[in-house]
Amino acid sequence: MQHNELYITSKVHIGKSKIFRKEELVFQSTATGQAFLNSAYEALDNHYPKFYKMDALCKLGTIAAHVLLETPEKTGYQPEEVGIVLSNKNGSIEADLSYFESAKTFPSPSLFVYTLPNIVIGEISIRNGFKGENAFFISEKFNAEWIHFYVSDIMQNHDIKACICGWADVLNEEFEAHFFLVEKGNKNGVNFTPRNLEIK
Amino acid sequence: MDRKDLIQQLKTQIIKQLNLADKSPADIKDDDPLFVEGLGLDSIDALELIVLLQQEYDIKLKNAEEGQSIFRSVSSMADYILEQRAGAAN
Repeated sequence: MQHNELYITSKVHIGKSKIFRKEELVFQSTATGQAFLNSAYEALDNHYPKFYKMDALCKLGTIAAHVLLETPEKTGYQPEEVGIVLSNKNGSIEADLSYFESAKTFPSPSLFVYTLPNIVIGEISIRNGFKGENAFFISEKFNAEWIHFYVSDIMQNHDIKACICGWADVLNEEFEAHFFLVEKGNKNGVNFTPRNLEIK
Repeated sequence: MDRKDLIQQLKTQIIKQLNLADKSPADIKDDDPLFVEGLGLDSIDALELIVLLQQEYDIKLKNAEEGQSIFRSVSSMADYILEQRAGAAN
């Protein structure tokens, strides 16, 4: 099933200490792990004091969404018109382990709040004021067919006009994010198809 | 440790406990509100401050409603800690 009125209008890739938007390098650093995410936050003018409190998955997602939505018109939707559908392999395992370690002495409330993978969707939503449909899926590999199906459904049946979708995964300080912006009726992009969602 | 040193120590501990990486102790005024305005802390941060009191000062908050006045500012936290220590010493 192909929805010709839906288009991928922007995409972001974060990995190996580099950030690309539509294949264009927008940031790179010699730092790795969380130090890379912190340096990206500082360099990309993303004023959000709560950033440093987040776990790595939320930092990754927040930065990816910030780069994806950098053009002002991308955020010109009503709060309820923007959906978010993300996926990954490792859930919130990094936050789970950190909380587990803290629980041996004093369980940390601020670590506990990140022990669900969909919290990254909440952080992106709070940061940008989005209130649309959202979902987080766990799969061994990025499932372009499924993400395409789900995003198409919410955009056809739930008044979602723009949707951030893709992959955000963190394990052992290794990060990988592939975010796509899908918009209804905006032809400044490529057709929203499983093939065009594939990540390398 | 006198009140002034305790306030300084608390500022450092709050920054560490709450991951306020963009703040330094000098950014936190002794009497500035910790929540909403001032440092802009939230309810999860309040729980972390309770953990901090227990972990660093062996003080368990007996009544959660007291939290609002205890965590009003760094000064009020210091006063509460000194009060608890004085009470324990008597």
